[in-house]
Amino acid sequence: MSPASSRIAAWIAGALAVLCLALVNVGVYTYRIDFYFTGILVVVMINIILAVSLNLINGFTGQFSLGHAGFMAVGAYASALLTIYMEWPFPVVLIGAGIISALIGFLIGLPTLRLRGDYLAIATLGFGEIVRVVILNLKITGGPRGLGGIAPKTTFFIAEIVAILTVIIFSNIVKSSHGRAFVAIREDEIAAEAMGIDTTKYKVLAFSIGAAFAGIAGALFAHHQMFIDPRSFTFTRSIEILVMVVLGGLGSISGSIVAATVLTILPEALRGIAQYRMIAYALLLIGLMLIRPQGLFGTKEIGDLFRLGQRQGNEGRRAQADGGEGQ
Amino acid sequence: MAALAFLGEGEDVAPVIQEILQQLVNGISLGSIYALVALGYTMVYGIIKLINFAHGDIYMIGAFTGYFAIKIFHLPFLPALVVAMVVAACLGILIERLAYRPLRNSTRIAALITAIGVSFLIQNVALLIWQPNPRAFPDVFPFRSYDLWGVYIDNRQLLILGVSVLLMIVLHYVVHYTNIGRAMRAVALDDDAARLMGIDVDKVISFTFAIGSALAAAGGVLVGVYYNRIDPMMGTMPGLKAFVAAVLGGIGIIPGAMLGGLVMGVAEVMVVALTESTWKDAVAFAILIIILLVRPAGIMGRRVREKV
Repeated sequence: MSPASSRIAAWIAGALAVLCLALVNVGVYTYRIDFYFTGILVVVMINIILAVSLNLINGFTGQFSLGHAGFMAVGAYASALLTIYMEWPFPVVLIGAGIISALIGFLIGLPTLRLRGDYLAIATLGFGEIVRVVILNLKITGGPRGLGGIAPKTTFFIAEIVAILTVIIFSNIVKSSHGRAFVAIREDEIAAEAMGIDTTKYKVLAFSIGAAFAGIAGALFAHHQMFIDPRSFTFTRSIEILVMVVLGGLGSISGSIVAATVLTILPEALRGIAQYRMIAYALLLIGLMLIRPQGLFGTKEIGDLFRLGQRQGNEGRRAQADGGEGQ
Repeated sequence: MAALAFLGEGEDVAPVIQEILQQLVNGISLGSIYALVALGYTMVYGIIKLINFAHGDIYMIGAFTGYFAIKIFHLPFLPALVVAMVVAACLGILIERLAYRPLRNSTRIAALITAIGVSFLIQNVALLIWQPNPRAFPDVFPFRSYDLWGVYIDNRQLLILGVSVLLMIVLHYVVHYTNIGRAMRAVALDDDAARLMGIDVDKVISFTFAIGSALAAAGGVLVGVYYNRIDPMMGTMPGLKAFVAAVLGGIGIIPGAMLGGLVMGVAEVMVVALTESTWKDAVAFAILIIILLVRPAGIMGRRVREKV
């Protein structure tokens, strides 16, 4: 595709996407799409936020975090308690949940991000479980009976706006110098350190940002379900989010969006074989790793399909004329 | 708990000691089981640097195999144990062949994700086939308790101790006095050099998986006898705790796994005795975090410098 035609194609694809989104919005607003499906769409938005935030940690920075459900739980419970006891307005509650989760992420990340690969995975898994057990045992969080009576403040539009904001924020982070630092750490941590990147600072940063948005997603979740209990935030939940990230591609925001959407809607469409869902997930994980470990998008984004932003100047043409070899 | 209240008074120190000894006995029993499972983790990690997430589920399969061997085939205890160990060994070899070997050269994260996938697969297939309801392990050993100066040991605990010690002695013998054991140690140390020395690395890895899985299965059957209940999800927590035990003792180091298992068992039992039992799962992870932060190589581990 020539640069001009690829740009036109990109515009058309973008317009189509916006059109679809607009149609969905109109459908929800005019109640054409019923309550049940709207609920599913809300969960899609929440999962997008979860997947994109986990992707920053696992995909872009290459740190293996298996405790994401823990941060979601922190955000969910914090927001629920804020709404129930402090009765703050919802946007404030959301931001508060994000800040609290970021803080917990920071505290957890600081000591554990010294660990590598497998050990980090287990440590984050451990922290996720510790969070769950603590919630299970505290009186204020309702213990095993959970926390109910949360006002249903998550509408589809709020969830959608937060999801869109999340994607915009993360896209910008990834394209910034911080984003480059994250990717450098993923590619070769020792080389990055040698290049002067404070790896600890950036790893903890990625962790905290990811945790913050997981917390926001948890808050949205709590105010959608109106009831939360520790069983929604188990290791299984962390794995479900991980599958979305891995399926979409570790390091691709568009991949996470697509995978989150597919993996939320598909089980609903296949309600009949619900008991096979986890088996299907497991086979999906194994199959992906054996056949296509980079997932759907690898580290590319949807924009790369249209080769946007690639060099097409003199250097590009000369490189093509030389057949790729230039001196 | 009441025994601890006597701590202030010198005359009644005996009940405290009794209580501590009792918890120690319970802890060592539990710890032996953790040790058996931890051995599998540590051996596999030592040889291919992979945390076999599915190990806890092999332990579960071992328990269920023993259950069916006794319940349906009416085998006595020891043959049932052997059958469970053999079945688990085959399963371990199968998993390694199908899921881990193709990924021998990929990133650690890919292998880890696959391991998680295998674990989930086994767990959920078991849930589907056997239903989540716990089952009572058939009573092969009529419960008999012995009173030693106020400390109670029952024959099941003696069985666990006996079987575990026996298996560990056998393992020690295999690892240190047989050719295959020497091959295992070689591959764990440097697999390329081992290959150059003519060792069939693939066979050695399969063998390692087989032994590790067999030990885990033994642990599963013993747990069935001790706690008298099994369910498809029983492998998750003990699997994680056994992994912590392996890390605690020094991952890749066999005596370390035994030590780590015992420590984990005693620690868990002490926590249950001193506080609410709902915190007991968190204790394992707290120990893990502390060990990873303070001494990641483990109690018996050697610090390895990372070469660039």
